[in-house]
Amino acid sequence: MIRFKVNGVERTFEGDAEMPLLWYVRDILGMTGTKFGCGMSLCGACTVHKNGEAIRACMTPMRTVAGAEIVTIEGLAGNELHPVQKAWMQVNVPQCGYCQSGQIMQAAALFNKKKRPTDQEIDQAMSGNICRCGTYQRIRAAIKAAAEGKA
Amino acid sequence: MSTIENVSRRGFLKGALASGAFIIGLQYLPKIVRAEGAVAGTGISDTVFRPDLFVGIQTNGTVYIIAHRSEMGTGIRTTLPLILADELDADWARVEVEQAIGDTRYGSQDTDGSHSVRDFFDVMRQAGATARLMLTQAAAAQWNVPVAECFANLHTIVHRPTGRKAGYGDLALAASKLPVPKKEELQFKPKSAWRYIGKGAPSVDLKDLCTGKAVFGMDARMDGMLYASIEHPPVLGGKVKSVDDKEALKVMGVQQTVALDPFKPPHAFQPLGGIAVIANNTWAAFQGREKLKIEWDDGANAAYNSDQYKKQLQETARKPGKVARNAGDVDAAFAKAGKIIEADYYVPHLAHASMEPPVALADVRGDKVTVWTATQNPQAVQSEISRALGIPKENVICNVTLLGGGFGRKSKPDYAVEAAILSKQVGRPVKVVWRREDDIQFDYFHSVAAMYMKAALDDKGRPTAWLQRSVFPTISSTFAPDQTYGAPFELAMGWTDVPFEIANLRVENGPATAHVRIGWLRSVSNIYHAFAVSSFVDELAKAAGRDSLEYLLEVIGQPRHIDLKAIGYPNYGGAPDAYPIDTGRLRRVTEMAAEKAGWGKRKLGKGAGLGISVHRSFLTYVATVVEVEVDDKGKVRIPRVETVVDAGMVVNPDITRAQFEGAAVFGTSIARTGEITATNGRIDQSNFHDYRVARMNDAPVQTNVTIVDSSAPPGGVGEPGVPPFVPALCNAIFAATGKRVRELPLSRNKLAV
Repeated sequence: MIRFKVNGVERTFEGDAEMPLLWYVRDILGMTGTKFGCGMSLCGACTVHKNGEAIRACMTPMRTVAGAEIVTIEGLAGNELHPVQKAWMQVNVPQCGYCQSGQIMQAAALFNKKKRPTDQEIDQAMSGNICRCGTYQRIRAAIKAAAEGKA
Repeated sequence: MSTIENVSRRGFLKGALASGAFIIGLQYLPKIVRAEGAVAGTGISDTVFRPDLFVGIQTNGTVYIIAHRSEMGTGIRTTLPLILADELDADWARVEVEQAIGDTRYGSQDTDGSHSVRDFFDVMRQAGATARLMLTQAAAAQWNVPVAECFANLHTIVHRPTGRKAGYGDLALAASKLPVPKKEELQFKPKSAWRYIGKGAPSVDLKDLCTGKAVFGMDARMDGMLYASIEHPPVLGGKVKSVDDKEALKVMGVQQTVALDPFKPPHAFQPLGGIAVIANNTWAAFQGREKLKIEWDDGANAAYNSDQYKKQLQETARKPGKVARNAGDVDAAFAKAGKIIEADYYVPHLAHASMEPPVALADVRGDKVTVWTATQNPQAVQSEISRALGIPKENVICNVTLLGGGFGRKSKPDYAVEAAILSKQVGRPVKVVWRREDDIQFDYFHSVAAMYMKAALDDKGRPTAWLQRSVFPTISSTFAPDQTYGAPFELAMGWTDVPFEIANLRVENGPATAHVRIGWLRSVSNIYHAFAVSSFVDELAKAAGRDSLEYLLEVIGQPRHIDLKAIGYPNYGGAPDAYPIDTGRLRRVTEMAAEKAGWGKRKLGKGAGLGISVHRSFLTYVATVVEVEVDDKGKVRIPRVETVVDAGMVVNPDITRAQFEGAAVFGTSIARTGEITATNGRIDQSNFHDYRVARMNDAPVQTNVTIVDSSAPPGGVGEPGVPPFVPALCNAIFAATGKRVRELPLSRNKLAV
């Protein structure tokens, strides 16, 4: 049995230990904010936090989350929205929005570590996350707005 | 009972009825409401225009507006209701948007072709004006005063002489008992009184999208549902010869496999056939698929090889084709010309690769079907499932979720049909999930195309004759496999409407046979046509030793309307009088984009360059200047893009700007790495490692979008940004490096200087 936490709640898992975390949170917990995009860690739509680090849930087998604290988009906000989420809304980042849970989780991990990232650091942190609608320049603007405390 | 998680407010209308709310044209409300009340399937008509389909008001004052077109990121779920709310003079903060199910009474719901605002601007206004008039009449009756003394003011009816007021909620019940007024009785707000049109509003889904609560097709759930993943025949038209599913069935969670019949030609919107693995979670279904042992009978399309096919297309493009438009005598002009310029251009197949792969959930109960899916075309979901299961299409309830991108792929409902067939087979709700590999390999691909261009220049470098010929497998082949020539609607996209003032001009098209499914992709044939036309005119400018901008404007010629009635130009369905091909508008966006980009006024460094292109598509005029920097290894950076858009009247400016910012990124993907190829009928690419799309670090750094202030009728905004971007980029690369890109993608070109 694998024990871990998702958004602060204790969970246990006894199924196929190779099952990626993505399908556990989506199909078994029914938390669908974390998206399936590629299944190969190529697009970032499935990004969640494991012990504060952004990871790709689509290639994270359940056996590797034993003892871990997982946070999904559903658990990112506390009493109020995370500064990155506020900035996303202020800048009107999403178009279709499908990738945005992953984008926000990736950006939040960056923000939590580095309050004022440079353009280069933003590019580096965010280039693993694909947005097919092409919202990149608003994502960059939102990260900066969050960094500057404008959101 | 079926439940869809996170779909809040779904039951509002039932609640509204219980509390005696005002709902105009009750019988025309979405069927889902009546389905819950078990009176579904009555009184279906094909009436297209029913403004009263779209709005309802609760006694608490909440205004419900129906969004009947699909939301895939263009903001249409916000923009159309905003028009109605404006005309109703509703307080936008008190408006709830409800997504329509598939129903022909809404008119077309096929959300493609960038025409939602164009086609429904007036419809939305009429619906809003109708409701406003009925509320006004109800207030007047209540106060026993003339209707003319009453007016609407932000969710309230006011009696002008006394200042008496009543809220929309308070008037809802009385208004619901009044007859629906005729269109002739309606009075529309003057433009000066518009609250929302032209100012816009953020997406109604914004917060849900930023908190993971928004429901896409991928997120639809029903109690007791099973998950399916399907191994399709790797070659179009292929069939299963034999299957061994023993190992697949041993996978934990896998319940059964189901063989799906191959399609009967034409393939149209039918499923491809294959073997489905049914499991109790998505992962198990995927794992089961890995263990299937299938032998395929590939059929004739196994002979499809892209290298060879490309040569065929290019050879065909060098031979005389079918003439689609002709002016003057091109051959005579070529015969006496001094300088002849020729060029061949090539654009490969492209895949849509929306972030959400095709996905659908269906529940078949007897002869009734409930579907939840990410579709651009819910009525096609109804009709195709109806055909596949042999039931009336009214028995198919198609609920439309948000779409995780569409770009034209999700107009085709093949995946929803798969879900319905499988649900019927296994007796439970089934959710079909396509993997990324399925999405890329079994797409309705954007057509591969070869273009041949030829021009004669006079001694001043001006073109005296212009010949253009395109060859591509047509979208029509989807419905009629023996179709080889481009359909009129494809040739009308940036080809027959070439807007240049050249005395001798001939537009041709040659034949090509399709070997994969061909479909519409964001801006469709405009992509390859604009690439050839806008690149070639830049080549001519250089050959003439002229500035690209100045030459382009000269070739466009003086402001005029180009009359293509003689060739039956379809004009994207727009009336030629309301939507002429106006070279004045083309010139204006071109001049503005050049101005914004500092064309001719800036000193650019080594390896840097500007390129320009202008293109009219979907009745909208777009000029784009791309700035590039190419380093000595041939790496291309795009620091800045200036796009100027004349889309007529624009309802939602910020969302419109976002569409053109996105189009520059979409165009970057096409230009840099967009390439789908086939070997022995099988698609070579499979996921984002070999079908690469633009990421933050290779997308344009800054795209500035300027919207021309216009009172012309609205054009499209979702697609028209794509066509000019690619040639503007390639023209910029020429300016920076002297290397002409005639073949996409850039990854096939050596750009190192």
